[in-house]
Amino acid sequence: MAQIELKHISVDFSGQDAVRDVSLDIEQGDILGVIGYSGAGKSTLVRTINLLQQPSKGTVKVNGQVLFANGQQQVSAKQLQASRRKIGMIFQNFNLLEEATVFENVAFALKHAGLPDDELEQRVNHLLELVDLQSKAEAYPVQLSGGQQQRVAIARALANKPDILLSDEATSALDPKTTKQILDLLYRLNKKLGLTIVLITHEMDAVKQIASKIAVMKNGRVIEQGPLLDVFLQPKQKLTQEFVGGALEVQEILEKYHFQNLAPQEQLVQLVYQITDVTQSVLADLDQAIGTKASILYGNVEQIGGQPVGTLAVLLPLTPEQEQTAKEFLASRHVLATKLDKEVLTDD
Amino acid sequence: MINWFVKTFPNVAALGWTGDAGWGTAIFQTLFMTFWSAIFGGFLGIVFGLLLVLTKPGGVLANRFWHNVIDKLISILRAIPFIILLALIAPVTQKIVGTQIGMKAALVPLTVGVFPFFARQVQVALESVDAGKIEAAQALGATTKDLIFDVYLKESRGELIRISTVTLISLIGLTAMAGAVGAGGLGNTAISYGYNRFANDVTVVATLLVVLLILLVQLVGDLLVKKLSHQRRR
Repeated sequence: MAQIELKHISVDFSGQDAVRDVSLDIEQGDILGVIGYSGAGKSTLVRTINLLQQPSKGTVKVNGQVLFANGQQQVSAKQLQASRRKIGMIFQNFNLLEEATVFENVAFALKHAGLPDDELEQRVNHLLELVDLQSKAEAYPVQLSGGQQQRVAIARALANKPDILLSDEATSALDPKTTKQILDLLYRLNKKLGLTIVLITHEMDAVKQIASKIAVMKNGRVIEQGPLLDVFLQPKQKLTQEFVGGALEVQEILEKYHFQNLAPQEQLVQLVYQITDVTQSVLADLDQAIGTKASILYGNVEQIGGQPVGTLAVLLPLTPEQEQTAKEFLASRHVLATKLDKEVLTDD
Repeated sequence: MINWFVKTFPNVAALGWTGDAGWGTAIFQTLFMTFWSAIFGGFLGIVFGLLLVLTKPGGVLANRFWHNVIDKLISILRAIPFIILLALIAPVTQKIVGTQIGMKAALVPLTVGVFPFFARQVQVALESVDAGKIEAAQALGATTKDLIFDVYLKESRGELIRISTVTLISLIGLTAMAGAVGAGGLGNTAISYGYNRFANDVTVVATLLVVLLILLVQLVGDLLVKKLSHQRRR
């Protein structure tokens, strides 16, 4: 049973469907990246998990508890409050209480935890230590940088030891360096506490850096989902290809070569493969297998879900027999090979 | 020095400190009226301002019916000029206080006169609290009570003090008006013992005392805002 089950969720904003019939299972310990352009319905969808947004249709089940079904909330206001304390949430604008110190902000989350004063203080200090902000306990949010404020927000979101953390564009207002720090922190928390994280973002880099799974949204629908590496290696939808970036970037580079006079048997091929054995050269082995020389036109290695993944675009002179051999060789090495359309690439 | 004062402001000195017409009595009456109507009116203003924000569409306790009722009530009460209100609710005052004259009786029209004005400003102050803060608190499992006290009222406290200062100042103005119709206080002194008796020095001194009181309120208000507000200047 998945930890978060969304079934046939629709959200209707006075006639406008923000989310349309989305079903999503999120497993314990996942980092799910929900990606899409603004207005795709990502935030609205994720807000149905803690019912900050009531769906118009569908079922919301979290940790085995049905929160919403048959068009209405299935738990009392009090139960919902208790459930929400087990679902942390962080936001693009941090949303800290500005008239409360860092300490008070975190303590606010623990107001109903029923802890005696000394334990409360201990817990808050421990949380601040977790995000490395003990020294700022008495500061007000206005005195902190964006990254520090987000770390306070994370400490606050984790105060009640939730099993789930929802992150709504939490790094979108931060600079690249701070973004990386926050993402690293989330990744660490996922590994250390087994925290399930739902990461809403429009930045593919954030997803690539820490997500284990991905869901791509467009016009209120999830158009593609699956393990990050699978989706990255074989994006089916055009939008997904845009986001995973490879396709666009390869095309841009290839256009620079102005292929006018490719011989008929010359083929442009894109190879995408997970790098598991650093001593093996896929390309050298390919050359050997088919007895010809591949020319590299584009190459890149990036981390996808913590795994190094290589992308190559190569020019291969291939006879039909060689092509068959090449296909078999590449399949045996788990290399995803895609022929690139020469016509498209001859710019001008 | 005292001789010079008595010679220059004979009418001011003649009123004395105690007694019905005394300066001490008038100052006490003004402070009494201002203080208690600020307490009652302030309380009602915050309650009604909160209700307006909580019951608005999309609010924490969204309720279109009650929102409309409260909204209209405040608009109507605010539309009645104070001097007319004094006369209009005299029967109500009679019921509550048992008399229609004196500083205690004046508390009823003062409270009714000031609270709708204050409620509207409280509404604006509370609405300036970023919806994101409310959402974040809700996501943390905050109760309605938490939202009211820890988020709405606490986060807008700088703004609330600012509008309280403004309201208190206009309230002092209203007490002067109430004074003119028999509630006592510095307003009464200025009109009854000053203007009506051609004793301009009394009017001037009464005015100076009112101005001094207002400046003091403004000063304390500004200091409190400075001390209690940690918001980014917008």
